[in-house]
Amino acid sequence: MATNVLLPALGFDMTAGAVARWLKKEGEAVKQGEAIAEVDTEKATVEIPAFASGVLQKILVPPGKNVPVGTVIGIIGAVGEQVVTSVIASTFASLSVNSAKQSPTRELGIASSHPSTRFARSGALLAMTEDGSGWVKASPVARNIAEKNGVPLADIVGTGPGGRIVQRDVEEFVARKSLTLSPIRKGDEGEVVQLTRIRQTIARRMTESKTTVPHFYITFDIHMTNAMQMREQLNALAADDEKISVNDLVIAAVARTLKKWRMFNASYRGDHLEMHAAINIAIAVAREDGLLTPVLHDVDKKTLKEIAREARALAERTRANKMRAEDLAGGTFTLSNLGMFGVQEFSAIINPPEAAILAVAAVRKTPVVAGDAVGIAQMMKATLSVDHRVADGAQAAQMMRDLKMLLENPVNLLLD
Amino acid sequence: MPLKTYRDAIKEALREEMQRDERVFIMGEEVGVWGGTYAVTRGLIDEFGEKRVRDTPIAEAVIVGAAVGAAMGGLRPIAELMTINFSLVAIDQIVNNAAKIHYMFGGNIRVPLVIRTPAGWGQLAATHSQSFEAWYASLPGLIVAMPATPADAKGMLKAAIRDENPVMFIEHARLYGVQGEVPEGDYTIPFGKSEIKRAGKDVTIISYSRMLHVSLAAAEQLAAEGIQAEVIDLRTLRPLDMEPVYESVRKTHRAIVVEEDWVTCGMGAEIAARIGKETFDYLDAPVERVGAVEVPMPYAKNLEALALPDEKSVIEVVRAML
Repeated sequence: MATNVLLPALGFDMTAGAVARWLKKEGEAVKQGEAIAEVDTEKATVEIPAFASGVLQKILVPPGKNVPVGTVIGIIGAVGEQVVTSVIASTFASLSVNSAKQSPTRELGIASSHPSTRFARSGALLAMTEDGSGWVKASPVARNIAEKNGVPLADIVGTGPGGRIVQRDVEEFVARKSLTLSPIRKGDEGEVVQLTRIRQTIARRMTESKTTVPHFYITFDIHMTNAMQMREQLNALAADDEKISVNDLVIAAVARTLKKWRMFNASYRGDHLEMHAAINIAIAVAREDGLLTPVLHDVDKKTLKEIAREARALAERTRANKMRAEDLAGGTFTLSNLGMFGVQEFSAIINPPEAAILAVAAVRKTPVVAGDAVGIAQMMKATLSVDHRVADGAQAAQMMRDLKMLLENPVNLLLD
Repeated sequence: MPLKTYRDAIKEALREEMQRDERVFIMGEEVGVWGGTYAVTRGLIDEFGEKRVRDTPIAEAVIVGAAVGAAMGGLRPIAELMTINFSLVAIDQIVNNAAKIHYMFGGNIRVPLVIRTPAGWGQLAATHSQSFEAWYASLPGLIVAMPATPADAKGMLKAAIRDENPVMFIEHARLYGVQGEVPEGDYTIPFGKSEIKRAGKDVTIISYSRMLHVSLAAAEQLAAEGIQAEVIDLRTLRPLDMEPVYESVRKTHRAIVVEEDWVTCGMGAEIAARIGKETFDYLDAPVERVGAVEVPMPYAKNLEALALPDEKSVIEVVRAML
C-alpha cells in the first residue's frame, strides 16, 4: 500500500519549505525511520524520515522548489507495486481520468483489489496533483509585483490566509533583497556576503520581535556557590554523557519555576493568552551560520540527569546539522547562556510567539557583603526579558525570585 | 446646511417638483388623507388636492398599470407602493410594461414613471422584510436608485421625476428618521454616479442604502485599529457606476460588498464579478460579500437581528482579509 510523503511542518511558523536533497533515488528501497530527504526550512536543514518501509516509487517535488507544508513530495510503495506509480504518472500527464489513454491503467486498477489503487482512482490523487502541480498560491497583485521585480514566487513564503503569498510578502522579499545586495555607496563595492537562510530568518524575526513586542527586563544576582558544589559532587560519580553543566541546572530550575508561573510559558494572542500545556525550553545554540534554538521537550517532567543527557545530544545534533523535525518545533520559553564566554550580564530579544527569554551570564567569584564582612561567593547574573502584554514587572520579579531561591537551594532540583 | 430627515428630504422633493410641474402627481395606498404609511406625503393632499394626490384601492397591479398608462399619456406619475414586498403583485406591470414599452414601440413612446417604495424590516416577518433591489437592477429599461442619505434622496428623487425613463426609487423603512445635511434650493443628483463617502487606503467597502451607514460605522471602528477603509456609496444600482470602485481597489487591493439582501445572486455578486474582471491584477484577496443570512426573515426580534448583517460582521470579514 502506498504512503504519501508529506512536507512536514518543522516549527511553529513554518508554512513552506524546499527539499534540499533527496537521499534516496526513485526505485530505491527505504526502511521505516530511515532518512529519505533533507528539507531546507528557514531555520535549518532537517532530515525527514520514511514513515513506511518499501520503495521510494516517485519523487514529486524536485530539490530546491519551495512548496507549502502538507504537499505530497513523494510516494513510498510496496516492493513490486508498479500499478500505483503508473496511475500517478498518468494522472500527472492528464488530469482527466476518463481519457482513453488511461483505460489500461484503469483496468489494472479495477482488476487489482489493492486499496491504494482504489484510493488513487477515487480522486485522492487528483487532489494531490493540485498540491503537487507546482501551482504557487499567490494573490494576483503579489504575482504582478513579483513579475515586475523578476522575483520567483517559489522563493517566497506566504503569510496570507492558507499560506497565500500576498502583497506584503513580495514587497518584503524585494526590500530584503535590495537591502542585502546594494553597496553602501558607489565606488565602495566591498565584498558582498549573501545572508544565509538562518541569518535572514534571525533578521526578520528579531526585527519583528523588537519592533512589535514591548520588552522589559529584570536582572537578578544569583548566589551559585551551593549549586556549583552540588554539581561537583554529582559529576564526580557521573558518566561522561551525564555530566551536568551549569546550563542544565538553569534549564531544570527554569522548567520547575515555569510550572508555577505559567504566564511566562504562554503566547500573546490579541485578546487572550495561549497558555501552553507543555514546558518546552528552547536553548540558544551558536553556529557559524547563525543562532539556532533547538527545543528540549517536557522539561518539567525530566530529571536533572535526563536533562543533561538530552541537552547534550540536542546541542551536538544542532552543531552537526543533524536535527530531527521535533528538535525545531514547539518551544515555549527560550534560554540563552553566554556564560562560557565570560559575559558578565546581557539581555536577550524574545523569540516570538514566546512570552519571555532568560539571558544567563557567567558564574564568577565575586566579593559579596555577608553580615558585616566581605566574603567571596560564586555569583551569576540572569536577566529575564518579558513581553509586557503578557505580564508586569511585579510578576516577573516574583518569578525570578522563585528561580533564584531554587538555584540557591539546588538540592530541591533533585527531588522531582 | 440645515439638518433634515430622510423623510422630509423626500417630501421636499415631491412638493417642489409638484410646484414646478403640474403634470407631476402622486398615487398609492393611503398617500392622501392618511399621509402615507411612513408619513412621507403628509399634508400634500391639502396643498395639491385630491386630483394630484390620489388614494387608490389595495391593488398594486392597478396602481403601477394606471401609472404606466398616465406616463405614456404625457403625465409624470409617482406611484407609491407601501413596501417593496408588494411590488411582487405589480411585477408584471413593472417588468413587462414599464421597462419594455419604450423599446417595443421603437422609441416612440416614453414612460417617465417613478415608483417609490421602501425596503426594510422591523419585526415585519418573512413576507414583509425583503430586499429585491437586485431583481430590478437586473432589468434593462429600468433605472434603480437606492439613496442612503437625505441629501442624496432629495436630489435623486428630483432627478427621477424629471427623467424620461421609468425609475424604481427604493427607500428604506429604517432610514426615514435618519438626519443629514440637505442643500437649500433646487438641485438634482444624476444617476450612475457612485460617491466616496469616506476615504481610506487599506480596504474598499462598497455599499448602498442603509448598509452604507453600517459600513461607515464599521470603518470608524476599524480606524481605531489602524485600518483605513474607503467606503463607496453606489447610490444607483442601475446604471452602476463602477469607475470609482475600480480606482479605489487599485489603491487598496481589497474589496468587500455590504448588502442587506441575501448574497446569493445579490448586488454583491455582480459587483464582485466586475471587480474580479477589471482589477484582477490588483487584488490581494478574494472579493468578500457580507449580507443577510440565507433564511426567510424570522419574526422574533433576536433572530431577526442575527439574520441581518451589522458592523460586527463587516469588521470581522475585513480583519480576516488583511
